[in-house]
Amino acid sequence: MNLMNLFRIAVRALFRNKMRAFLTMLGIIIGVASVIGMLAIGEGSKRSITDQMSSMGSNLVMIMPNMQRRGGVSLGASSSMALKYSDVTAIRNEAVNILAVSPTVNANGQVIYGNQNTQTSIYGVNGEYLDIRKLNIQSGRIFSESEVRSMAKVCILGQTVVENLFGEGSDPVGISIRIKNLPFEIIGVLEDKGESGMGQDQDDMILAPYTTVQRRIAAIDYINGIYCSAVSEERSAAAIEEVEEILRRTHKLKESEENDFRVMSQSELIETVSTVTNIMKLLLGAIAGISLLVGGIGIMNIMLVSVTERTREIGLRMSIGGRGKDILRQFLVESMMLSISGGLLGVIFGYLLAGLGGKLMGSAAVVTTQSVILAFAVCFAIGVFFGWYPARKAANLNPIDALRYE
Amino acid sequence: MNKTIIEIKDLRKDYHIGEVTVHALRGVDLRIEEGEFVAIMGVSGSGKSTMLNILGCLDKPTGGEYMLDSVNINTLDKDATARLRNKKLGFVFQSYNLLPRTTALENVELPLFYNGKIKARERKEKAVNALEAVGLGDRMHHMPNQLSGGQQQRVAIARSLVNDPVLILADEPTGNLDTRTSFEIMELFQDLNSKGRTIVYVTHEQDISRFATRNVIFRDGKIIRESMVKERLDAKEILLTLPVENIEEFDA
Repeated sequence: MNLMNLFRIAVRALFRNKMRAFLTMLGIIIGVASVIGMLAIGEGSKRSITDQMSSMGSNLVMIMPNMQRRGGVSLGASSSMALKYSDVTAIRNEAVNILAVSPTVNANGQVIYGNQNTQTSIYGVNGEYLDIRKLNIQSGRIFSESEVRSMAKVCILGQTVVENLFGEGSDPVGISIRIKNLPFEIIGVLEDKGESGMGQDQDDMILAPYTTVQRRIAAIDYINGIYCSAVSEERSAAAIEEVEEILRRTHKLKESEENDFRVMSQSELIETVSTVTNIMKLLLGAIAGISLLVGGIGIMNIMLVSVTERTREIGLRMSIGGRGKDILRQFLVESMMLSISGGLLGVIFGYLLAGLGGKLMGSAAVVTTQSVILAFAVCFAIGVFFGWYPARKAANLNPIDALRYE
Repeated sequence: MNKTIIEIKDLRKDYHIGEVTVHALRGVDLRIEEGEFVAIMGVSGSGKSTMLNILGCLDKPTGGEYMLDSVNINTLDKDATARLRNKKLGFVFQSYNLLPRTTALENVELPLFYNGKIKARERKEKAVNALEAVGLGDRMHHMPNQLSGGQQQRVAIARSLVNDPVLILADEPTGNLDTRTSFEIMELFQDLNSKGRTIVYVTHEQDISRFATRNVIFRDGKIIRESMVKERLDAKEILLTLPVENIEEFDA
């Protein structure tokens, strides 16, 4: 029997039980749609997170003090005083893979203007910090060399701080505010940056010269971290090595001693986040895959019913010359038709689901060709796999018994 | 001399049901020539159904020899016997076994689907011819449930004819039909036989067996009597003597 006729028989057999065929297909439709939808949502959120992370800075290389342990007790990263301004100078002078470098000194505190006040983070940095973090000045200017050197009480405000103190859309350049009770002049306002990949508000901050923050606000002689820009993304790995080497030397660490600092690059960070989002994507896909499996079992179930129902037909077909493989093919084509047409509809619904999910989640869901091909291949496999047993059963029937079956 | 269609020597068939062995056939010799019209008779359990299954190559004998149209059945594998059934045999069943929701024409075409050499046009042509031969040229596009029992059996007979078989095997072909329709079916068989078809049918009704040219009677797995039918009935004549009350009206 040729393929054309097998198709015709299968179509007729399925149309004979439209409702049943549809319900069986529904299992596959839901399975495929959820696989495609879930993978799309997973892929979409992965992309938006990595996008946000790359907006954090240009080829960022971050240096943090390492957690110190004394007798097994962690003293916490911020308590470490490992990094000094001399490290910044050493990196600036020696590292060839580093383009820009800025120290950071962190402080938190209350900021007051008139009868308004807000709690925010104050970062002590130098002028290069804005380039490193891809921050842009909306109005005003950045602080000058001499202001840094002289511990000038000037500051640049993030949008959230502006909103909290002055109301949305105002331009407070030139106005004086009080940070931890010290008067500071606002010399600039940053452009809106939005949330970081970790859901942190990147506009809720004040930048000031690191010298000012170090001496006047935090009253410390070390720095909390160093932010650098690698020359290019490809060279950020080399930059990490270089920085480690320089710092080990300036910190006079012996061969046997561990680093008292940590160097991370943005690409590493993105990779880490990617791994997490990939796991999430896989998890979503796996859950959806289970529903596809259940759909497959539904096909097997209905094919078994179909074989039993049509036992006499099978007997007849055998008696008029149908071979075992003819019968096998007939039922395989039928089950594959169920799974593949279910798969087709599933792809369509998958796209709809991805669109809907993307809207609800607020991030664009991305349907990859890969996931469509995957879902389709799985459908094909399901048709064969779950159709095989019932078809085999039909093909192995004894024609005499089949003809007499009531 | 006529060609020999069936030649059976010392045919045996044993069934094993648990630890009990049932000897369904215990040494059967039978020879059927081309153009014969044979009725196999016997009470239930006599082995006549087993015989028919083996004749139809649906079952294999345990021992003995069976030559169908000069082919030794014992040497064939499963696929080859399927092909043989497709080319050389036609089956008619008591319960018609038509595919539901499939037109008469397509039902008749069915055996030809399993013959890869026959193209769609030839297939349809043959099916139309077969349906016309059984007098259903005007019912080709009816579904089985739109046909009477007699008509359904005619479709089944057309299906058995469509591949131009050397032998038509019928298992109680009139078992589900009333007297008049039974006679009509036998009339059709007699007509086909007169045109040279070799037909073997199983029945347990005495009067139905008398339409054949030869009777073979089974008991306990053996042929106990084989005889030519002396006063052979002519179905056409009998139908003329029957009251005309229930022609088709109930059926159609």
